[in-house]
Amino acid sequence: MSRQRSSVWVIAEQINGQVLGVSLELIGQARKIADDLGVPVEAVLLGNEIGDQAEMLLFSGADVVYLGDSPDFEVYQPEIYTERIVSLSKDVQPQIMLIGSTYVGRELAPLIAAKLETGLTAHCIDLVISGEGILEQKIPAYGGIMSIICPDKRPQMATVTQGVFPMPRLDEDRSGKIVPVEPPEGVKVRVETLDVVLKEPVGVLLESAPIVVAGGSGAGSIEGWKEIEALAEVLNAALGSTRPAVDEGWADLETMIGQSGKMVSPELYIGVGLSGELQHMVGIVGAKVMIAINNDAKAPVFEQVDFGVVEDCRVFVPAFVKALKNNEACAGRATHVT
Amino acid sequence: MLSIVVCVKAVPDPKEADKIRIDPVTKSLTRLDLPLVINSLDQNALEAALQFKERFGAHITVFSMGPPSAGNVMKECLALGADVGILLSDPAFAGADALATAFTLAQAIEKLDEVDVVLCGRASSDGATEWVGPELAIFLEMPVVSMVSEFVETEGPCWQVKSDIENGYRLMQVELPAVFTVTQDVNTPRTLSFSGIIKARKKEITTWGLVDLGESAQSVGLKGSPTIVSDLTYIESKRACQIIEGTLEEKADILVAKLVEAGFI
Repeated sequence: MSRQRSSVWVIAEQINGQVLGVSLELIGQARKIADDLGVPVEAVLLGNEIGDQAEMLLFSGADVVYLGDSPDFEVYQPEIYTERIVSLSKDVQPQIMLIGSTYVGRELAPLIAAKLETGLTAHCIDLVISGEGILEQKIPAYGGIMSIICPDKRPQMATVTQGVFPMPRLDEDRSGKIVPVEPPEGVKVRVETLDVVLKEPVGVLLESAPIVVAGGSGAGSIEGWKEIEALAEVLNAALGSTRPAVDEGWADLETMIGQSGKMVSPELYIGVGLSGELQHMVGIVGAKVMIAINNDAKAPVFEQVDFGVVEDCRVFVPAFVKALKNNEACAGRATHVT
Repeated sequence: MLSIVVCVKAVPDPKEADKIRIDPVTKSLTRLDLPLVINSLDQNALEAALQFKERFGAHITVFSMGPPSAGNVMKECLALGADVGILLSDPAFAGADALATAFTLAQAIEKLDEVDVVLCGRASSDGATEWVGPELAIFLEMPVVSMVSEFVETEGPCWQVKSDIENGYRLMQVELPAVFTVTQDVNTPRTLSFSGIIKARKKEITTWGLVDLGESAQSVGLKGSPTIVSDLTYIESKRACQIIEGTLEEKADILVAKLVEAGFI
């Protein structure tokens, strides 16, 4: 009954008073889902002196923003944020709750889900409403797409990585309701954020790089990985990775491309020593030209690219780098002559 | 002395895991008999526990929920230096999602007299949800810090740790008892030693089932899981791939020519 009428929620996240892009993308998708269901979109935003950001959420497609504007909410404090959102959710009873797969979101989402004893699907690549009005949460798995549903418990919860859904167009004529919410009382704080330390990102940014070289477990060793790094360097490309390469310790988690990593949309993508697992491949959104280098001709990656080289990347990459450098030298001479 | 719990998962060997595929015809999964190994990030969790044990003494209990064959992974943990291994294995536990897994682990951990620290890997290589650590903390009514890349201050009842975020970290202070999920940056796991393997022969692995936890079958396994898989879809390939032929050098030259032609270099 009332469950069927209840809203679609987005838990918006802010850093330094700025709402994150992924939160706005989720409002955009929540709008589509809510229109299918005929229910409102509601956002929850916690922060300090962020009234202007609440409007952004309305412009993006929210009908209601629950705004916690207080020094207590300035930075993410796990217990305070969890308690505020859980008690509000118990009052309002949303049927769906979406959260960005940021580092904070990936801690907050399971805290809320366990408190509400409901299901939570990680890093979805699509969210659609079924004929029965149930949220189908799509994740890549085993070379295909798995649909996960949460048939009985509410809210149906999912996290989504930045870049999966498009940024909605901002409509500054859109209006809605801003409902103030107060910090929760009587929370026993046992864990506290003392400081947030950010460093300037180094190298070519993955998300905006025109050329992305991604390496996988086929590198075989850190030496093999260094060859792939050299390839990225000579192409002035950003270097991305797959989960196995991260697990091996060759690449930072920050460089992981895919469902639980980053979404990239380069002009040129070169996958090196990776098999083409969908968890990785879904992270390459609309790349213009795709190339794969892998020693196994049957690797699924060859079904997903434009050009393939069937060679052990440990042998081929150094040859490729050499050929690129030769070409560069020739091109350089030509320029010099003219 | 600290009482430390480490939660580990036996996962299909990631080097072979891509052999599990959806059969395009039957829509079912192929090759489910892969060898089980300890989840890579759980090795970092165990290593953190072993280092605490060396520094100020600790009793380490390892829990794993899985099929009886996960016992091998448990033996490995004991050989690495854990004191007690408890395998949660019961047909009723099968098919658990993150919430049911966290609930079952919490029921088991609560049977211990005293627990100061619970350590988990950030995520598992097969499920990759990252949910079990935080959800476990809620069921244990403990605070949690996820994605710990460094234990900064571990004297006394209040610890300080670095928790990774995008392009940086949060410095967190947390009161024990607490749950931590660790990243691979937190340490470098040790490898098995011969003496460890010998010592582990004397250590026993206990198996607990549903009856030992005193829970109803409704709250564990598939029945206790709010999420279910409703559909598996096989994906058709999207691009027609041209395989470049020739000798190694020829292939490299052709590829360079393609890049020049497309204007990338």
